Amino acid sequence: MNQTILYTIITLVSIGAAASVILYLVAQRFKVYEDPRIDEAEEALPAANCGGCGFAGCRNFAEALVKRDSWDGLFCPVGGNETMAKVASLLGKEAIEQAPRVAVVRCYGTPEFRPRYNVYDGAHTCTIAHSLYTGEGGCPHGCLGEGDCVVVCDFDAIHMDPVTGLPEVDDEKCTACGACVTACPRDIIELRKKNKKDRKIYVSCINEEKGAVAKKNCSVACIGCSKCFKVCPYEAITMNNNLAFIDSDLCKLR
Amino acid sequence: MKKPPNSLSMRLKTFARGGVHPPELKLSSGQPIEELAPPETVVIPLSQHLGVPSEVLVARGDEVKVGQPIASAAGFVSTNIHSSVSGKVLKVDNFMDSTGYRRMAVQIQVEGDTWIDTVDRSDDLVPKTVLSGGDIRKKILEAGIVGLGGATFPSHVKLTVPSGKKAEYLIINGVECEPFLTADHALMLERSDELFSGIQIMMKGLGVEKAIVGIENNKPDAIEAMKRVTAGSPVKVQGLKVKYPQGGEKQLVQALLKREVPSGGLPIDVGVVVFNVGTVSAVYDAVMKNRPLIERVVTVTGKSLVNPSNFRVRIGTPVSHLIEAAGGLPEQTAKVINGGPMMGKALASLDVPVVKGTSGILLLDETEARRKEVLPCIRCAKCIGVCPMGLEPYLLMTLSEKAMYERMEEEKVLDCIECGSCSYTCPSSRPLLDYIRLGKGEVNKLIRARKS
Repeated sequence: MNQTILYTIITLVSIGAAASVILYLVAQRFKVYEDPRIDEAEEALPAANCGGCGFAGCRNFAEALVKRDSWDGLFCPVGGNETMAKVASLLGKEAIEQAPRVAVVRCYGTPEFRPRYNVYDGAHTCTIAHSLYTGEGGCPHGCLGEGDCVVVCDFDAIHMDPVTGLPEVDDEKCTACGACVTACPRDIIELRKKNKKDRKIYVSCINEEKGAVAKKNCSVACIGCSKCFKVCPYEAITMNNNLAFIDSDLCKLR
Repeated sequence: MKKPPNSLSMRLKTFARGGVHPPELKLSSGQPIEELAPPETVVIPLSQHLGVPSEVLVARGDEVKVGQPIASAAGFVSTNIHSSVSGKVLKVDNFMDSTGYRRMAVQIQVEGDTWIDTVDRSDDLVPKTVLSGGDIRKKILEAGIVGLGGATFPSHVKLTVPSGKKAEYLIINGVECEPFLTADHALMLERSDELFSGIQIMMKGLGVEKAIVGIENNKPDAIEAMKRVTAGSPVKVQGLKVKYPQGGEKQLVQALLKREVPSGGLPIDVGVVVFNVGTVSAVYDAVMKNRPLIERVVTVTGKSLVNPSNFRVRIGTPVSHLIEAAGGLPEQTAKVINGGPMMGKALASLDVPVVKGTSGILLLDETEARRKEVLPCIRCAKCIGVCPMGLEPYLLMTLSEKAMYERMEEEKVLDCIECGSCSYTCPSSRPLLDYIRLGKGEVNKLIRARKS
């Protein structure tokens, strides 16, 4: 009995020893060198893995930060300038500052202003509703209210308002990662510069139909009258397809 | 073993895989085709067919006659559009159509009923044509004929057999497997002689010797009528077991010839071209009577409707006009569907015009219109059992929800014919087809991106 145990132990230990030698040799032979700075950079990033920077995740972004000489176009919207400066000092590179941005919903077609004349009963996602028709109201550009933007938000920063039927952005929580911008089938959501005192200066409409048609569908639609365009002294407003757009870089009211 | 006496229906031909049998509810069956007078104004969309929208030829203020071209084909897969009324062009602008969006259309104020001179408006039957195949195809393009079964694919394209392929059979689709719809049934009863002449024209245009008319067994009078006119000719009439979606061309080819169209292929890959009876009737009018496609037969139906009817309607007539003619909109109507209950689409407005692809207008009551609450998938695999294309709808829906479009392509989502049998049969009322359709669109986008 004792002998059986002894032999077992000896056999297992020798297999273990042989395997460890083989594993060590293989590990040495196929060793992959990875820049330790990538780990450091990744550590400093927010680990949100939201993809807001345009990379597959924070690790992927950290690799790009280490490998690229110029950081032009590289920015972590979640961490903001603070995080970028921290990573820059770690890696001895220079961060390019960007003004903080926030998502805005460019539609104000609440049931009060944009009457709903039918009930959507299909699969509850905006993408499918968009492929079917103009929506419960008559505006072919307005918010469908099925909440695709809410589902994709990793930061709990956008919610449907049950009264208006429109999504509402929590400016404190919004990191401007842009997930909602991609999710919206009607391109209603835009990332704009954050203004002081939470001022929001933007045209809350993206409807491109002629004034009379637009007004019929929604009483707060931009009718493309060009009044704002004519009066702006800084040329911050452009008119395109019956729609005014305010460039947040040129607008002086901050 | 001796077969039980009621095995007759078992021996009827049908397609092999999947399928469902929803209640037939052919309320307007037996109603004659009633000619509907033109309304006060018509709206004729520039995109009534699959392919490139046509180019408009008229402008505001122009006087037009019935049958006059108002838009021309903007490519090979495109077709001509003719004025269905005489009068004055009010506007060329965006109007709501059955896509649910406002798109380019021509609005015409109706004044009188003056036709262009070339059209033969008599009812005299012209049984034979002397035209060659090429001339027949040209006439079909000129008349703006598209597949009237609902897919609206330009017919001249389908009649042009691609090089390297050979057509052996012409199949005429008189299946009408959608519940409620009876437009094709009425056509087969009232215009069987014209249809037979049309079939011969198309056989000549296609260069085939054999033709089969497929009709489901719930229309014995139509089978009888077609058999009578085709007796002694190479055109065969075949009764089929009632099963949805037998009117899908791939299913019909399989039911009649036991040939399977390969994945991603068309019936021409197995030597077959399929046309709907409505299209055949339009081809007869175009080739023999010089009459362009300006009207079609539309079934207006619904359980609460006073007079479910089959109307011959001018293209561009608003749907509300049809409902008025069928006894008015019942109060309990909750949904108006363009097409049949299985594949049709709800309309967002009753001002939407009848187009070339409108086969029926169906009114549903509140209880019929509502979808049931969506419950979790219970993995019963009913959707797989009924899919006529052998796909796995439950999997495709999940993949679509998770945006895994590459995997969807591998799972052959593009073979889906959107018949809706999966959604119909699902005990958890899951919106399977809605998501599959979304995925199909995304996969098509992927493929286009890869090509460019």
